[in-house]
Amino acid sequence: MNILVKKSGPMTTLQDLGRIGFQKYGVLVNGAMDSFSSRLANILVGNSPSEAALEMTMLGATLELPAGSLFALTGADLAANIDGKPVPQFRPVYVTKASTLRCGFSKRGCRGYFAIAGGFDVPLVMGSKSTYLRAKMGGYQGRVLQDGDSLKIGAISALAQKFIQKLSAKASDAAAFISVPWFAPCDFLFGEEVIRVVKGQQYDWFTPASIQDFFQEPYLITLQSDRMGYRLDGKPLERRDKKELVSEPVTFGSIQVPADGKPIILLADRQTAGGYPKIASVIHADLVRLAQRQPNYKLHFKEVSLAEAEHLYFQQEDYLTQLADIIEKRLQ
Amino acid sequence: MDNIEDLLKNAKIQPLGEAALQVSFGETINPQYSRCARSLAAELDKRALPGIKEAEVGYTGVAIFYDPLLLRKEKVANEDPNLSHSFQVISNLVREILTNLKLSGEDNSPKVRVPVCYGGEYGPDLEYVAEYHKMTPEEVIKKHTSGDYLVYMIGFAPGFPYVGGLPEEIATPRRSTPRLIIPKGSVGIAGSQTGAYPLETPGGWQLIGRTPLELFRPTDMEHPSVLSAGDRLEFYAISEEEYKRIAAQEGSGTK
Repeated sequence: MNILVKKSGPMTTLQDLGRIGFQKYGVLVNGAMDSFSSRLANILVGNSPSEAALEMTMLGATLELPAGSLFALTGADLAANIDGKPVPQFRPVYVTKASTLRCGFSKRGCRGYFAIAGGFDVPLVMGSKSTYLRAKMGGYQGRVLQDGDSLKIGAISALAQKFIQKLSAKASDAAAFISVPWFAPCDFLFGEEVIRVVKGQQYDWFTPASIQDFFQEPYLITLQSDRMGYRLDGKPLERRDKKELVSEPVTFGSIQVPADGKPIILLADRQTAGGYPKIASVIHADLVRLAQRQPNYKLHFKEVSLAEAEHLYFQQEDYLTQLADIIEKRLQ
Repeated sequence: MDNIEDLLKNAKIQPLGEAALQVSFGETINPQYSRCARSLAAELDKRALPGIKEAEVGYTGVAIFYDPLLLRKEKVANEDPNLSHSFQVISNLVREILTNLKLSGEDNSPKVRVPVCYGGEYGPDLEYVAEYHKMTPEEVIKKHTSGDYLVYMIGFAPGFPYVGGLPEEIATPRRSTPRLIIPKGSVGIAGSQTGAYPLETPGGWQLIGRTPLELFRPTDMEHPSVLSAGDRLEFYAISEEEYKRIAAQEGSGTK
């Protein structure tokens, strides 16, 4: 079975949880910007959480889905509909007859995720299905989706098959799709609270006044922001220590400051190393909210301790584990 | 020359977010720091500890990426409540490894030989580099092929080597306007660095030649990058015919 891409949207790529273990060869990690939503979408359709999902940015895709398929939409609300009837998010949706799923402009959030029971049957490149745009590899032919692409669906899990049978018994001839009354609550993804950070390795290289600015002034996500990084605009950050930094590894969420003083938050498609000093690093638990922020949004930063960052990370992961347990029971 | 034992003992360990840390042996480009970094990374790879996702060698140290969830149950003696649990687990482990670390052998490793077709359309900036140093293009090639090169790290692009050891006489500033497209295989100079582009990318390096070697091989799971940190390199000059012959071989995947 295949999904036909009628309209791809401007920036739709296949992403899983990234390419792990190859940074020493200069290979980017890539992967979903909002890995919570990508994992949840897959869990909702009985896939492994590490299966790939379609990541759609700001404007979603129009997809022709085969009859009998089971899909889920998470992350940004792309106002999805089938035959004009709104398709609910954060729950499994069963397609009773071949249908066209239309996603539009985001009403909330920045990145929507689409997962399908069985996952996407594309080759693993270095252990991952994530699209690596610069190297033109991984994902679907190493590129963003285009109109007319045909995505092959993989083997459906026993759990999903059972659930599909259950739903198909309830299906009537009239409705193109049916869903369930329950859903996985994820409002926290769109919370407007401050973005929490831990100190970066070169935190002390900045002037006390600039460190104060960083935590008190707003920093705008500019239009020059993408999966590689968010370029911020705000009060320029000045260094008291002008010594040169030798290129060193960076991570998802590293906030580096080039010579012009405008911070850049490094994200999923970051390079493996960077030569600009890092003032801070966005904590893991807040990366998902950051990934859902659109350009022109003003960010505020707050410092937390490393211990607190880890605690918040555990909290978020535990929440996903709880959701996964509940969903699995519901699917059975 | 720094005492190796002191370097290992005095390594600085800093958080890199809450799911990674950076071990640094110094702040400058130095073959000794690089050797410590590679030895530590090799030992971590050998131990393949659960919870550690990967180790990435940089110029001055190693970044260790880990999953705090998988380290949750590890015990830490005298735990510091201000630091995260996983940071302490990994730092203690690194300290323990560093006390007994055997440094990887250095001089007996064979040099990786990289063929380069210099000048012409393959090296459009060779003339400029020669003029800049008031040399002939042949003298630049002679200097470039005589360098004793060390790959410090792979980064910027997949398989792209950060190479040290360029003879100072041919160190040349970057172009004032970067090129939008640098062809794959281009060999260039930027300041006192030299290197080769495994993929077509934009860039500001002075291009003096091109190698027919496929430096990045995404289908090779074991060694997607032909070069690794710690490799010693040698560039040697080839003719255009040889370039085409090797390129054809590389392209057919016979290598």
